[in-house]
Amino acid sequence: MAILTINGGQYVVDVPPDTRLLWVIREGLRMTGTKFGCGAGLCGACTVHVDGEAMRSCQLTVADVEGSRITTIEGLDPKGQHPLQRAWVAEQVPQCGYCQSGQIMQAAALLNRNSNPSDGEIVAAMNGNLCRCMSYVRIKKAIKRAAMEA
Amino acid sequence: MTEHMDIARTEGPSRRQFLVGSATAGAGLVMGFSVLPNVTGGAREALAAGNYSPSLFITMEPSGITTVHITKSEMGQHVGTALAQSVAEELEVDWNDVRIDFPDSHEKWGLMITGGSWSVNWTFDALSRAGASGRIALVDAGAKILGVSPRECAAAGSRVTHGPTGRSVSYADIVARGDISRTFSEDDLKGLKLKSFGDYKVVGKAVPQLDIPAKTDGTARYGIDVFVPNMVYGRIVPPPTRWGAVAKKVDDSAAKKVKGYVGVVVAEDVTQVQKGYVIACAETYWAAEAAADAIKVDWDPGPNAKVSTATILNHAKDLVNDPNQGFAWVLEGDVEAGLGQAETTHTAEYITNTIYHGIMEPMNCTAVLQDGVMHLFTGCQWQTRCGAMVGEAVGLEPANVVVHQQYLGGGFGRRLEPDAMIPAAIAAKEIGRPVKLVYTREYDLQNDFHRSLTFQRLRGGAGADGRLVALEHSVCSGWATKRQAPGFLAESVDKKGRIDPFSMNGSDFWYTVPNHHVRGIENDVSQSATPPGQLRSVAPAWTFWAVESYIDEMARKTGQDPMLMRINMLDATGKNAGTPPNSVGGAYRLRNVLEVAAGKAGWGVKPLPENVGRGIASVTSQERGSPSWTAVVAEVHVDPSSGVPTVRKLTIAMDVGTAVNPDGCLAQIEGSALWGVSHALLEKATVADGQIEQQNFDTYLVGRMDIVPEIDVVLIQNGHYPSGTGEPVVTVVPAAIANAIHDAVGARVRELPITPEAIKAAMAEA
Repeated sequence: MAILTINGGQYVVDVPPDTRLLWVIREGLRMTGTKFGCGAGLCGACTVHVDGEAMRSCQLTVADVEGSRITTIEGLDPKGQHPLQRAWVAEQVPQCGYCQSGQIMQAAALLNRNSNPSDGEIVAAMNGNLCRCMSYVRIKKAIKRAAMEA
Repeated sequence: MTEHMDIARTEGPSRRQFLVGSATAGAGLVMGFSVLPNVTGGAREALAAGNYSPSLFITMEPSGITTVHITKSEMGQHVGTALAQSVAEELEVDWNDVRIDFPDSHEKWGLMITGGSWSVNWTFDALSRAGASGRIALVDAGAKILGVSPRECAAAGSRVTHGPTGRSVSYADIVARGDISRTFSEDDLKGLKLKSFGDYKVVGKAVPQLDIPAKTDGTARYGIDVFVPNMVYGRIVPPPTRWGAVAKKVDDSAAKKVKGYVGVVVAEDVTQVQKGYVIACAETYWAAEAAADAIKVDWDPGPNAKVSTATILNHAKDLVNDPNQGFAWVLEGDVEAGLGQAETTHTAEYITNTIYHGIMEPMNCTAVLQDGVMHLFTGCQWQTRCGAMVGEAVGLEPANVVVHQQYLGGGFGRRLEPDAMIPAAIAAKEIGRPVKLVYTREYDLQNDFHRSLTFQRLRGGAGADGRLVALEHSVCSGWATKRQAPGFLAESVDKKGRIDPFSMNGSDFWYTVPNHHVRGIENDVSQSATPPGQLRSVAPAWTFWAVESYIDEMARKTGQDPMLMRINMLDATGKNAGTPPNSVGGAYRLRNVLEVAAGKAGWGVKPLPENVGRGIASVTSQERGSPSWTAVVAEVHVDPSSGVPTVRKLTIAMDVGTAVNPDGCLAQIEGSALWGVSHALLEKATVADGQIEQQNFDTYLVGRMDIVPEIDVVLIQNGHYPSGTGEPVVTVVPAAIANAIHDAVGARVRELPITPEAIKAAMAEA
């Protein structure tokens, strides 16, 4: 039994303590915006914020995050209108869209600590997030747009 | 494998009527092509009886909201938006009133497949005529309401307006009357006057893609996001070899200690997509994971247990060396006679390694057996084939299998395959509860239907004029089509057998070569050990890699500019003159894109720094019948000490005829350009002991943001028929990069991916 704080809500979950946060969020609590990609911390599709830091939820256990503040794509902005989400639409970033929750969460953590990242800083922050449609050109543009408009 | 498909390469409406009729009072207007020809009675009655094809139909609600129902799979190409634009243009409906949705598949609906950049290319004309028919029916009905002649009325922005008086009535009000019943015969449809290029209001506009907002806030539903009541989770225990392993003994005593464990399903697969399955089922995802890990299986590894990458490649070489192997794909002139006239001859061999689709959403399916009908919730590119095979696997008629289409977290040809659907359906039947089955990344990577390893040999000669006078080209690969749909195999031109066109396309290029022989050979070892699938851009990704590298080599050997050598062979004579509508203009259109790309990149003009080279290549992917004329100039730096190549810039020119949504085209081109870079420099799966060695993205490398070069795209629109934009650039980039590396440091690398070690080795040889 563990109590998780996700998007401001408290959830009591009855799972083994070594259960991965990703599966509890997705399959247990059915917040499906956070995606499963590799299960090994190699692709970034499952990125959430833990106390404001971008983390791979497939690499965290429930025990790791008890008492932490967890934010998923559903909780990034109450209306889905975070500057990055608006920029993602303006730049028409997503293709298949599957990795984009993770991309946006990773980018949001970047902008939280660096409101005006350079090209190099964007690549360094985003290189762990795979996009198989390879929408990278637009991801970069959208991060810059959001930084400018935020 | 049994033949599941008997389909000619036709799709969509033909020899059918188009019906426009009010639904039951107040429920709106339905427009669709008749399923059965020669509808008698009214369109309303036929529509009410369900006699219309759901592969393409349109509904208009009394509120004026118009929905285009689309059977194409939405996998990132935003096909729904482009197809809806085609309809809206002629229907004269306000774009803000337009919606799209994706109906379920059913066997009676005919061929459902998305691939090969065919979607817009195949259906643009049909959609335009559908929209125009709907408009005519609405104008006539509107004129009646206004009490005027329809000849004095015109439609625009979801309204019918009477020209002389300016009085108008909205589509919504017309639809609400509920008294439309029109049938357009095939001749009527043919006779419709469609708008021409330049008159478009919605087509050709970069309207925002309708599927994008839901993909920024986590609300878009993919197959993996499906939940159904009472479901269990299924997880496959991975076999030791890619194909052929059989579970001799299964011991789940340890799994029984896992809380939530439901049971294990051990089953053969009569479709032979896999030999069989061991599937752990449990109440939760994590319990299924723990149970699968705890199940002990005694495997017979099957016939491929000793196969390695070297086995596959060496077998390919043996096959190509044997002149009696394979069948002819192109047989023109006399190669040996042509070589006799050549001033310069050259032979080269090219390899592409096995590669992985790497869709971000691992394969998955939720299967529900209810009242004798198997419901499959998943993202699927080929509902017709996959549904039929699931039916075969679980003993149901295809009519009793329904695919509930979800968004696809990547397609790229991977979701043409039924391999997640079949074990999900088998488990649902065995367990007696719905099953949600999700591949791990490791299982997805090892059990992909990979793009086969390919080996090609080109032997040819150039005449005194610098043009190729003869070319013999042998292409050896796995034949995905033979597994997937033997009905798609084509009779070879030498009439000796059936050949896989989707393993050969591109080798029948648009250069004029008077003596040209192309032979296709199936690599049966690859076919068995790494069952091949179709991967975005398919054969042109390897045939053009070889052809465009070879021409560059020949140009350099004969002291010609590689661009000019190409242009000299693009004379648009004979079969290369092109045929309307898809390839009107023929080889001249390829010449033009070469010149545009070269000009934009400063070919032969702009000086380059040391160790930086430029390479050019051009392609006409996908098929001769549906070319997208494409050229690229790559600018690549090579570090001479490490051999590490860095792509600095890609200048791309593509003649797409008509871009229905130019920003959508651009997104496809950007993504496919990076696919080209990723294929050229990174992606490689290897086989040892009958199994793919890589298991995740740490060893199977896929391009990340740091591979992105400067990308400069010129999209040429000239009003010709639309062509696909999702694939050609994948096929043109690798050869351009290889040619640029040669230009930079004199190293010719003939194997993809191009590694720093191979560049260093080639530099030492040069």
